Amino acid sequence: MGMTVVEKILARASGRARVKAGDVLEPAVDLAMSHENAALVINQFHEVYKGTGLEPKLWDPSRIAIIFDHRVPAESPKTATNQKKVREFVGKHGIAKFHDIRGDLGGICHQILPENGYVRPGAVVLGTDSHTTSHGALGALAFGIGATEMASVWALGVALNVEVPATIKVVVNGTLPEMVGPKDLILHLVGLLTAEGANFRVLEFHGETIRAMNTSGRLVLCNMSVEAGATSGIVPADAETLRYLREEAGVADALTPVTPDPDATYVRTMEIDASKLEPQIACPHTVDNVKPIGKVVGTKVHQIVIGSCTNGRLDDLEVAARILRGKKVAKDVRMLVFPASGRIYAQALLKGYVGDFMQAGAVVMNPGCGPCLGVHEGALGDGETALSTTNRNFKGRMGNPTSDVYLCSPAVAAASALTGTITDPREKQGGAQ
Amino acid sequence: MSTVVLTLGDDVSTDVIYPGRYMATVLPTETPQFAFADLTEFNAKLKTKQVPPGSVLVAGKNFGCGSSREQAVSTLKGHELVIVAKGFARIFTQNSVNLGLKLVEVPDLEAKDGDELEIGATEVVNTTSGKRFRIVPLPPARQALIDAGGLIAYTRKRLLATVK
Repeated sequence: MGMTVVEKILARASGRARVKAGDVLEPAVDLAMSHENAALVINQFHEVYKGTGLEPKLWDPSRIAIIFDHRVPAESPKTATNQKKVREFVGKHGIAKFHDIRGDLGGICHQILPENGYVRPGAVVLGTDSHTTSHGALGALAFGIGATEMASVWALGVALNVEVPATIKVVVNGTLPEMVGPKDLILHLVGLLTAEGANFRVLEFHGETIRAMNTSGRLVLCNMSVEAGATSGIVPADAETLRYLREEAGVADALTPVTPDPDATYVRTMEIDASKLEPQIACPHTVDNVKPIGKVVGTKVHQIVIGSCTNGRLDDLEVAARILRGKKVAKDVRMLVFPASGRIYAQALLKGYVGDFMQAGAVVMNPGCGPCLGVHEGALGDGETALSTTNRNFKGRMGNPTSDVYLCSPAVAAASALTGTITDPREKQGGAQ
Repeated sequence: MSTVVLTLGDDVSTDVIYPGRYMATVLPTETPQFAFADLTEFNAKLKTKQVPPGSVLVAGKNFGCGSSREQAVSTLKGHELVIVAKGFARIFTQNSVNLGLKLVEVPDLEAKDGDELEIGATEVVNTTSGKRFRIVPLPPARQALIDAGGLIAYTRKRLLATVK
């Protein structure tokens, strides 16, 4: 019997010829990523060594990445002190893949890892963030873990007691219609699967739509695979993966794509016709509460957010800037734009998108997680509604338990900014000049 | 015997268990104060020690979905709550095993606030309603970590074995 991509990656990382779903392994970790919660990882790492008489020692500092993104710049003395402690630890232990709060090298961890070539096809990538699933877009096995598990990885270099997940094959064919993109596809899929439908499973993406999709779009699919509960989403690496890593991430060394065997075992196969998709909206308060846009058109919104690890990349900003160019954000609507990294921010400046946003009335913020998780900036008032390109709409997610969050694509967000209500981007909008 | 002190529905996210705005607080000794911070009444009961250790929180499917934040586990562990749910999300499950928070998966569970539950090895008996429900056992890989006293103890043991 053949193996799926996740089985092949875990077999290689565990030094076995073959493994199957359900096997328990201790895979070697290729990359271990944390953000501000490295503060807790450091605490737990020191706990591990307590009473052992051993000096705390990282298994391999070159395989550890730490990126500040959740609260940048710090919103409170407490966060600033956590960041200070992490900075000191990074310096003491020689962690080179450290991205501090900087306009050139900083950004959201799930953008920093791909654009710096830290993730390779076939790698095992663990992160103390649930959206670590993103990096499956490069043909890696990438999944989220807690801080204590990361402390264990820092000490041992392996993940303990990992059960090989079964795989759901998702086959997508057909050309995505105009103004319909990867975000609509993944929202549709999460709606089909439900929020728990892929728990303890991997989503492996196939089909002509996926092959034709760029890495930026594949990152959207894998990023939100966790919203169906998936351990990870994986797009098997192909020519586009190699193009991205060579041309955009500057990777020069050998790359080995991992593809599934033709007779691999899948627990389920799903087929989606992309050509029939409409813009999709995830309605409050669960990500699987997905409706075609027609069902919610006209819903009044108070804040529009474009950005995050899901939709803060250059092509997302391009789609939005095109819709907003020369027009105005509706009165009584706040529009916040968060590029996913400093590099993307600089590219958006050069392309004129930042100017388009500002002239339309949007506020362009520094790269980071921003309002997505409700800890930092862009909080909502009591009873207010946000329409956002981020990945979660749980009760209280944007910091106020009485508010509503709807999730959408950058095209829907931009079109709706012009009207102040949820608006179908396929309809031509005038917008106040 | 344990009393059900809170009943919740499906898909309770870590944003509900431990709101994001308290995430700068990381230490397990400090997180318990923010458990279910937006459910102000329940949070007040927890903080004033009106909820005895071992009390049961009942939930539907996919409890703990969303963020990987470990605070969502340490905050409940701090009050020694037991979570009985129809199902749990993956990262939350693993974090609970790592930190020693007791999760009991009971797909057909029926229980309401105030019910008394007897949690055995293979079944839960709702002594208030008289009904019995089957427990889904933990996979052996996770049980091994619990038996070792959690992930820190397990890792420590492995580390010492590697050095020797």
